[in-house]
Amino acid sequence: MSGGVDSAVAAALLVEAGAEVIGITLKLWRGEDQAGAAHRLDGCCTLSAVEDARRAARKLGIPHYVLNLQADFEHAVVDDFVAEYGRGRTPNPCVRCNQHIKFAALLERAGEMGCARLATGHYARIEQRGDRYVVRRGVDQAKDQSYVLGLLQPQHLARISLPLGGLTKSETRSLAAARGLELAAKPESQELCFVEDGDYARFVLEQRPDLNQAGDIVDQAGHALGRHTGLVHFTVGQRKGLGIAAAEPLFVTRVDAAANQLVVGPRQALSCTELTAAAVSWLQEPPAAGATLWAQTRAHARPVAVTLVNCATETFRVAFAEPYDGVSPGQLCVLYGGDESDEIIGAGTIT
Amino acid sequence: MHSTRIYLDHAASAPVRLEVRDAIQPWLSEGYGNPSSPYALGQDARAAMDDARSQVAILIGAQPDEVLFTSGGTESDNWALWGMALNELRRQGSRRHLLISSVEHHAVLESAHALEALGFEVEELPVDQNGRVDPLAAIGRMRDDTLLVALMLVNNEVGTLEPVAAVAEPARSRGILVFTDAVQAAGRIPFQVASLGVDLLSLSAHKIGGLKGCGALYIRRGIGLDPLLRGGAQERGRRAGTENVAGVVAMGVAAELCSATTAQLGSLQTRLEVGLENLGGVVHARGTPRAPHITSVSFPGKRAESLALRLDLEGIAVGTGPACASGAREPSHVLRAMGIAPAMADGTLRVSTGPETTLGEIEDFLSDLETVIHA
Repeated sequence: MSGGVDSAVAAALLVEAGAEVIGITLKLWRGEDQAGAAHRLDGCCTLSAVEDARRAARKLGIPHYVLNLQADFEHAVVDDFVAEYGRGRTPNPCVRCNQHIKFAALLERAGEMGCARLATGHYARIEQRGDRYVVRRGVDQAKDQSYVLGLLQPQHLARISLPLGGLTKSETRSLAAARGLELAAKPESQELCFVEDGDYARFVLEQRPDLNQAGDIVDQAGHALGRHTGLVHFTVGQRKGLGIAAAEPLFVTRVDAAANQLVVGPRQALSCTELTAAAVSWLQEPPAAGATLWAQTRAHARPVAVTLVNCATETFRVAFAEPYDGVSPGQLCVLYGGDESDEIIGAGTIT
Repeated sequence: MHSTRIYLDHAASAPVRLEVRDAIQPWLSEGYGNPSSPYALGQDARAAMDDARSQVAILIGAQPDEVLFTSGGTESDNWALWGMALNELRRQGSRRHLLISSVEHHAVLESAHALEALGFEVEELPVDQNGRVDPLAAIGRMRDDTLLVALMLVNNEVGTLEPVAAVAEPARSRGILVFTDAVQAAGRIPFQVASLGVDLLSLSAHKIGGLKGCGALYIRRGIGLDPLLRGGAQERGRRAGTENVAGVVAMGVAAELCSATTAQLGSLQTRLEVGLENLGGVVHARGTPRAPHITSVSFPGKRAESLALRLDLEGIAVGTGPACASGAREPSHVLRAMGIAPAMADGTLRVSTGPETTLGEIEDFLSDLETVIHA
């Protein structure tokens, strides 16, 4: 229970279905311990979020606990976030949090507490097909969160419940209002829970001041075009902040951490015909090479049609049906397939 | 909704005693006068406070005018540190060195460290693996510019008895003030301020069966302590604010009732600790005298947070150490100061008993704990 309306409604639905429910809020970051932070209303890990969760749990008549997973979170999510920037890649900490914290560490705690299952308010569906489980997109296209669940482990799926997958966001809000869960009117949090002011560069530089070193900006042929103020300020696809006067708009096509260089090119240069992913996890048996699948390369991007070129236990390569410019190394690529093209087949980190 | 049926966290708070509940009734109804007012209603309230002050004074062996009522142990701890510091600054004294044990309650440690911004130097006294300060080492750190030594009487997390008298005597002979946080000691071990030799001592009402939001600070006659709260002449001009009459009356009655029931608590502690060790628990601070009501126990390889939550779901309340503002468990500075490794500290529960705890409850707790540990 994050303090938001989604997890509160998920809990309510389970209680109404007769389950014995325990509400858990995670303490992941020291944010609220700092003087002055307590007044923040938005975002996770704020005191008001914890208090909202506690009130919702009380209203539902269920026990509520706050679990301290700071150490796990710092190690698995925050350190990875900083390290990825150091490698010139764009991390997605929410993916790592779901992979290592929510559906790993927390699942373990749930077991320690004698619980059979873990439920969250994610907009996605887990369906049982015989003796296996399938993860599907939520019915609300705009709200679907299956992407961040791409790295769920198959052996855990039997113990996970996602009560909101068959609902739209507005249905959830109505259910909340009908039950007097006054969080119904709370604005959505958009920032990373551990970088309250949204200034990721500052946060990363506190731990890796070496990433502030100026270096060259070069074109795709290697010619120097200018200087950048530190790779930490740039990401693939970025146009702002290059400070280069050119005939046509220039975009970052590659962040070369080893050479401390930014490679830039015109918009067309962002187009990819293929992508490869590593550290892949398969939720279903992948189809044969040549099959059509749908690839989602960002949390809020629409899936695009791809052909499976090849795959192995921990890698895959896909070719885009049309040139595609939403590819950032470090982001998760989730492959969807199945009868309605909305089942997660597998997911991996874009290389 | 789940509920608590066996309560074993008396160090956190205690049931309000029946006699206390009876004694405060008039002060919740017709006895609403302000003790500072000159008319009959005020005089009645004033008289009730005088009685309570005497009762608390008798408990600790002080004179009534040496007992000042506060909003609780935390305020008393803050006042002792800040009051001495502000007094020294105002009189333009030059003593800036504070000796604070590393296992003090956060109210003492954080108050001390906050004084660094005013130019004070805080030196933390280390403890051994039992959480005990070595008096000789403490004496060795006393300087000409030491203003205050703060050493609690009973450690709240582990129960260790600190050598307050052994530190106080040499301190006072050098003109150094001595403050002891006796919040966990009152009603559990016998003590008198004269034999401890302290200048300041803090107490908390709700730990001994009084009400939350009320405590006391003993200030030895002749000690100048500047006020924290200004704007009224209450408490002899030392602590402004209309008094919490019901709370103070409650504290007096609780103080009168809490004669040290050492023997009974001691035998419960023995049974409890044998049982915990049979379950694979490691009881801390075994090698030093401890208060009879606190047991700190680790279960290697187990997460205390999960054990405590499972126990709660079975209706049993035990302690797991300090919490942050969100309610999540925080690592313990006391266990760290004792040299206990983080993994072990992570598996540490605090079990604490009270005057009403029965042997049957201890047995039920051990039985449920066994189920939870082996689950």
